[in-house]
Amino acid sequence: MPAVTETIDTVQSVTEGTYKWGFETDIEMEFAPKGLNEDIVRFISHKKNEPAWLLEWRLKAFALWLKMEEPRWSAVSYPAIDYQDAYYYAAPKQKAKPKSLDEVDPELLKTYAKLGIPLKEQAILAGVEGAGEAPADAGRMPIAVDAVFDSVSVATTFKARLEKEGIIFCSISEAVQNHPELVRQYLGTVVPQGDNFYAALNSAVFTDGSFVYIPKGVRCPMELSTYFRINAKSTGQFERTLIIADEGSTVSYLEGCTAPMRDENQLHAAVVELVALDDASIKYSTVQNWYPGDAEGRGGIYNFVTKRAQCRGRRSKVSWTQVETGSAITWKYPSCVLLGDDSVGEFYSVAITNNRQQADTGTKMIHVGKRTTSTIVSKGISAGRGQNTYRGLVRVAPSAGNARNFTQCDSLLIGDQCGAHTVPYIENRCMTAKVEHEATTSRIAEDQLFYCRQRGLSEEDAVGLIVNGFCREVLKELPMEFAVEAQKLLQISLEGSVG
Amino acid sequence: MLKIEGLTAEVEGKQILKGVELEVPAGEIHAIMGPNGSGKSTLSYVLSGREGYEITGGSVSFNGVDLLALEPEERAATGLFLAFQYPVELPGVGNALFLRTALNAVRKARGESELDAMQFLKLARERLKALHISEDMLKRGVNVGFSGGEKKRNEVLQMALLQPKLAILDETDSGLDIDALKIVADGVNALRSPDFSALVITHYQRLLDYIVPDRVHVLMHGRIVQSGGPELAKQLEAEGYASVQAAA
Repeated sequence: MPAVTETIDTVQSVTEGTYKWGFETDIEMEFAPKGLNEDIVRFISHKKNEPAWLLEWRLKAFALWLKMEEPRWSAVSYPAIDYQDAYYYAAPKQKAKPKSLDEVDPELLKTYAKLGIPLKEQAILAGVEGAGEAPADAGRMPIAVDAVFDSVSVATTFKARLEKEGIIFCSISEAVQNHPELVRQYLGTVVPQGDNFYAALNSAVFTDGSFVYIPKGVRCPMELSTYFRINAKSTGQFERTLIIADEGSTVSYLEGCTAPMRDENQLHAAVVELVALDDASIKYSTVQNWYPGDAEGRGGIYNFVTKRAQCRGRRSKVSWTQVETGSAITWKYPSCVLLGDDSVGEFYSVAITNNRQQADTGTKMIHVGKRTTSTIVSKGISAGRGQNTYRGLVRVAPSAGNARNFTQCDSLLIGDQCGAHTVPYIENRCMTAKVEHEATTSRIAEDQLFYCRQRGLSEEDAVGLIVNGFCREVLKELPMEFAVEAQKLLQISLEGSVG
Repeated sequence: MLKIEGLTAEVEGKQILKGVELEVPAGEIHAIMGPNGSGKSTLSYVLSGREGYEITGGSVSFNGVDLLALEPEERAATGLFLAFQYPVELPGVGNALFLRTALNAVRKARGESELDAMQFLKLARERLKALHISEDMLKRGVNVGFSGGEKKRNEVLQMALLQPKLAILDETDSGLDIDALKIVADGVNALRSPDFSALVITHYQRLLDYIVPDRVHVLMHGRIVQSGGPELAKQLEAEGYASVQAAA
């Protein structure tokens, strides 16, 4: 397999130290002291000027967390994390809103420039007054952005336009201040504080995240988007996202991330809760490109995320689409609890592991309502010494008459030192339910590569083309703007990887 | 033009080519015929640079360039095209995207401007029409679910788009009905010009009724054992390879 060996070599040479977005901006931080205890939880709550009920809620989560143990059942390994050796609060110093880009911290603008964010959007992201009110470019779907720069949202955009529709799209901190009744009604109802170790940690110390509420019957006129960045040394980031789609509403939400290079491992434990009521539809798309660590896996992000949706209403629908190319370790199972009759859950995933990256990802589809349906399409790509595990649960309750599930798990191997694993759990307690599972494992064949190269494609381009073809079913689920970015990312992640 | 001198090659330690001598001047079409196992496919893979074929001696020059020193994609950029005996399937990769990527890679290597999607589509439609191939061909995955005939037509379409200087057709006629055979022949004949050469590898005389070669060579046991005009193909058809073997 000389082609494959070459490929691995190329992959290695390309990935070593060449993370395109490895940089760190130097912005003054207001740190909480290192470590985690009740005082830190109180400090965070106080800093954010939170109501008493939320502080109580956090403290309860912290108490639960203290009694919990880090889960060890996933197929990932990493050195023990010292939770007392990290900062749990860091925020950029915020003055009055800048009047123009000239007044914005140049370091911040440099960060955006390196990320390739257009100037106009930079102004919006940086919270320049009046930016984002101008009509969107003709022919381009507008995107509303809620930027999480480090822990605090520095800007939200298109707010006025969304407000006209009665849509609330803001940071969760703002939502706590301005819409406490909504936050209190839904927070923790999908992912309770004690759900799991990382969710409990998040509930205790979450600093920010996004909040979306789509009122009854409203079709959100634009894609809602958040740029996530982890930007302070050794600051674990704990976002909390809550999206509520009221009866008959529709929303598409985009989440994308890149992160600066650094030496210490960074813990990232987000919680995302989605609630879809009768006839509501939520599409949640993620392109995740956090720093994966160097060729030996040092310094990458630990991405331990809890994402869950409840389809509470009849005929409600939630669709998760994820493209996971980054992080040293990914531990993530975006799930759907299908409570409402005829509700629909979907999960489309591409996960790439290269070098020493580890991914244990998949989904849970819990069928409770009658005639609920779920679709799972998972594409895992392993290169280098990457380990890729699909772990999925399809559970059908006795109440879910005529429920249906279709699962397809495909794995693509590049080289002979990587691994692909499929761990599907099926628990069916309903006689009339139908559950299907298909799985394949393949390699990029030498004849495919040669065919492409004979037509003039470099080995690299050939792999990119074949991998994109392999992922097509998932990529086509992404909104246009994201699909292009995702294709580029796949190529970058496997660059040279011929594979 | 192509010049092969004393070419020897091994596959998995077994010598297959044992000193091939062949010269194809610009503008000419040569046929290589021979029985199974004579080294025909090995020759086409060695010329196009497939891995697993070890060259143990000899040289190949193509328009003055040492072909054997180049990567497969570099050979493609110099104008070498191999029509595969068994075209490979690329699941999920759209044919149009594949063809455009290939065309642009070759154009880029030649210092020509790349075509955008619209320009490409226009060109592809022209070529499809000239070859009487349905436009549906562009929308499908590369060779996925294609019949044998469709795969060969797709090879010809690629050749028509890439406009090679040297086309090697590796038993492109195998398994083709007469209509498909004509499309393949039309594709090659349309490219005929003073700077286009072709090496048509085939078992049968049949294809050579439609692509009339300037020269016919017989490859046997890893060597060219006989060469002649188009009449040699007819003679082989009538008398079989045994007569050549006897003569050699």
